[in-house]
Parts: sequence; structure tokens; C-alpha cells
Amino acid sequence: MKLKPLDEKKVQSLLDEYKNEPVYIHVEVTNGVYASHNNDEVFNAGTFLRNIPITYTEGTLKGGNNFEHRVGLKLDNGGWVYVTGLSHYTVNENDEFILHGIDHSGKLAAALEISRKEFKK
Amino acid sequence: MTLKEEAHVLVVFPHPDDEAFGVSATIMKYRDMGVPVTYACLTYGDMGRNIGNPPSTREDLWKIRKAEQEEAGRLMNLSELKFYGYRDKTLEFEEKGKIKGDVLELLHELKPTRLISFYPGYCVHPDHEATAEAVLDAVAELAPEDRPTLTLVAFDKRTYEDLGEPQIQTEVRDYTDRKMKVLSAHASQTAQLLIDLSKDTQIGELARERWFEKENFYLYDIEDWINNKGNK
Repeated sequence: MKLKPLDEKKVQSLLDEYKNEPVYIHVEVTNGVYASHNNDEVFNAGTFLRNIPITYTEGTLKGGNNFEHRVGLKLDNGGWVYVTGLSHYTVNENDEFILHGIDHSGKLAAALEISRKEFKK
Repeated sequence: MTLKEEAHVLVVFPHPDDEAFGVSATIMKYRDMGVPVTYACLTYGDMGRNIGNPPSTREDLWKIRKAEQEEAGRLMNLSELKFYGYRDKTLEFEEKGKIKGDVLELLHELKPTRLISFYPGYCVHPDHEATAEAVLDAVAELAPEDRPTLTLVAFDKRTYEDLGEPQIQTEVRDYTDRKMKVLSAHASQTAQLLIDLSKDTQIGELARERWFEKENFYLYDIEDWINNKGNK
């Protein structure tokens, strides 16, 4: 399945599907390695976390309208995963549930991915 | 400047497309002379922010970029394209000496007489810097008579101010069409550049001047690397 604009109902039901079981996540926020090379005004912050095992007991999609979508996952140990800036989703052939934020120039700005199996190393 | 005959040219960069911008016409010139050229590409560029149009996904990008690099390699008539499969963005955090070990093995195998990679301290991207360091650490371990000529690519804003004019400026105007095809092969990453290059404006002119006239390299003395390492 190709990446599609985020459908709130479908994404919420997918968040429910991966709930209450051990999963791996990939989380990412980026403005690009070249951001401060191309523009001195930019303070280049970003992160990625890959193949982090978690179990979440609540997974909720919020936002939309004039805001980017955001997802919060409440973990079984009381911890949290929070990602904002999400706009697209898909589930690929490996059953990886992928949420991406695609910015106004078509580039990846944020990602939250959930899988029952480990992501590629 | 005409290119000197070489026994083997080794190109080491971290990402599919790193070769396209600054050195692909040089690669093709060598291949046209019958000189073997190997491109060692350390990652699949899987963490790129450009994920294609329409956008693919973070999980599929590596397949797209690998295929693009294979096509670019075919267009350049590369003798050999080697992927190492490191994760994009992580080279500087890898186990110490691991990438150096890979490069050293390749140097022993191919015995290149010219090596093309990035110039340490002047190549902007952390993966580029980590590549430059691994390459220089590897070359430093070779016996002096076995070391290839180091011809490095620098593009930091401070480059001209600090390093002056590049010693090697290879005329590549005759390769404009072929270089354009190589850039096009990396479409997921070069879409905006291809638009700029086709523009009949100052932006287009600057882009064509930058990429299609000369490919620039700085000579690097490995003794500088060996002597200055302790001070870092």
C-alpha cells in the first residue's frame, strides 16, 4: 500500500490494533543534515530512535484541522512516546504501520512507525 | 587538465548520489580511458529526507536509492559498485576502526593509485566527515610506497578561504549530457537540482556552471593526517 494522506478513523483503528502487545518503534524528527549549511539562521535539531521495544496501553491520534496530526502512546511502564507533525500513513507488506509527516516541500519531517517484528537493521 | 593514466581509481563515499554531483564525469573520463574505477558506497542513504515523489517510506527508501545507484553505476560504466550497508547517519558512531578496516581491506585488494573521497573538516555532513576519517586512517596504515594519491572533495563554505584553489580542476564540459543522465538516475534525491539545471535563469546558469564545467579536487598529504591526529 502506498503512502496516503492520513485518514483519522483508519489510523486510530490501526493504533488500536498494535496496542497491548510487544512492538518495535521507529521514531524520527528531522529538518535535514544540510539545514544549517543552507541557512545560517537554522538551529539544526533532530532525532531518530530505531528498533525500540515497547508495549503501549493507550494510543491516540489528535490534531488535524489547522494543525498537523500528533500521536501519543502511553506505555505499560507509565512512559510516553509523543510525535507531532504527522500527515500520511500506510501499512506495508511487512505489516509495518508507518506514519509520516511530509512537509510543504514534499520531504520527510517526522515519522512514527510501529511493527511486531524488528525493523531492518 | 588531462587525466594521468592510473592502475585503479577507488571512490569512497557514504551515500548513493555522493558521486554524482562532484566526481561522476571524472569517473566516466577514467572509464573511457580504460582505467578501472570502483565505487565503495558505505550506506544505502536510507535516512534521507527526500523520500521520492510521490513519497515512498522510510522503510522503502533504501531499495529505491540502491536501485538508483545501480543504474547510475551502469551509466558511468563503473567497473565495480560495492555497498557496505551501514545505516545512514550512523557512521561517526560506529565501532572505532570498523569502517577503516573495510577500507583497508579494499585498498589491499584493489591497490588503487588514485583515491577519491571527502576532505576532512570541509565536507559538511557528519557521514562525509566520518568517511574521510576512515579513509585517511586506512591509507595511513599502508606502507608509503603503496599509498594512492589522495584527491579529496571539499564543499564547506570555508573551503576557498582556507584551502585556496583546488589543485586538480578537471574539465568536464564534454560530459554534460552524460553527467545529467547520472544525476537524473538519482531522481529521488536530485529532483530539485534537475529543475534548477533546466532553468533559463541565473539559478540555472549557476547550477550548470557549478556542476558541468569543472570537477575540483584537493591533493592531500597523508603525513598531515598522521602528524596532526594526536592534536585532535
